[in-house]
Amino acid sequence: MDITSRKTVSMGLSVAAAVSLYGISFGALSVASGLDVWQTQFLSIVMFSGGSQFAVIGLIASGAAGGSAITSAALLGVRNTLYAVTMAPTIGPGLWKRLLAGQLTIDESTAVSLSQSELQHKRLGFWVTGIGVFIGWNAMTFLGAVLGDAVGDVRAFGLDAAAAAAFLALLWPRLTAKDPIVIAVVAAVVTVIAIPAVPAGVPVLVAAAVGLVTGFMLNRGAK
Amino acid sequence: MSIWNTVIAASLAVMALKLIGYVVPTSFGEQPAVQRMSSVLTVALLSSLVVIQTVASSGGVAIDARVISVLAAGVMLMLRAPFIIVVIVAAATAALLRFTGVMP
Repeated sequence: MDITSRKTVSMGLSVAAAVSLYGISFGALSVASGLDVWQTQFLSIVMFSGGSQFAVIGLIASGAAGGSAITSAALLGVRNTLYAVTMAPTIGPGLWKRLLAGQLTIDESTAVSLSQSELQHKRLGFWVTGIGVFIGWNAMTFLGAVLGDAVGDVRAFGLDAAAAAAFLALLWPRLTAKDPIVIAVVAAVVTVIAIPAVPAGVPVLVAAAVGLVTGFMLNRGAK
Repeated sequence: MSIWNTVIAASLAVMALKLIGYVVPTSFGEQPAVQRMSSVLTVALLSSLVVIQTVASSGGVAIDARVISVLAAGVMLMLRAPFIIVVIVAAATAALLRFTGVMP
């Protein structure tokens, strides 16, 4: 194995280790939100996309209707479609390979892959990170769910605040320019106004709609 | 709708969105409008979810230990702390504020 390959593997595995650790908090928060261990594990295996998973459990915990939890998860999942389109040439043809790659197409596997310059390293980065995160995330989800079940009151351990911090940490790397910052602030303000005014689960959808309009206006203003 | 229905429907929707990306033509994803919409949606939703998790409380807005915890998380992010540290610091802050009775 050449030195770049080794570096790629090492990068993928460190990303996987960091993300996996955080799976413990997902598992614990999920059972605290009212899901059982199996529903929690189902999300980590089938949905396998951190932002969408946290959205589902957060909205279920807040008493939102199922429809808004599903819509929010799907809207957050739209970026994975773009990642998949970007990764398709790297993955190459083959139905089963593409199906497997599809499930492993998330922020982390795409980011590690895109950070490489040659095709073989892009491929290696994608698979090592994707498989590493999948195994680690699911193992830690299970651990967290079982521990969370045993712990009981998660508020005493600040796990509700941990969920808010997790969303902030997912948002942070995207706030690199004026436009995303403006959109984030508008979405936050709209959410605060909407919370007491509309049923649980709806504020996030209102924020998404207003965010899109804001993005459209910023884009027009730039032209 | 039961929790299982929500979990299954949402999971299949997110999974389908990933798989769709491998069958649509590459040119679709390269369109600037599509890329822009995807990143705008992600930022707006994540920002909204931060606010909901921080202040939403049984149908209203509540200022409690979560607010201080999220501020602490923001400071950790500014210091470029790793993901897991950010989350742990936020949880520890809320736990400490509640244990000492400073904030609910």
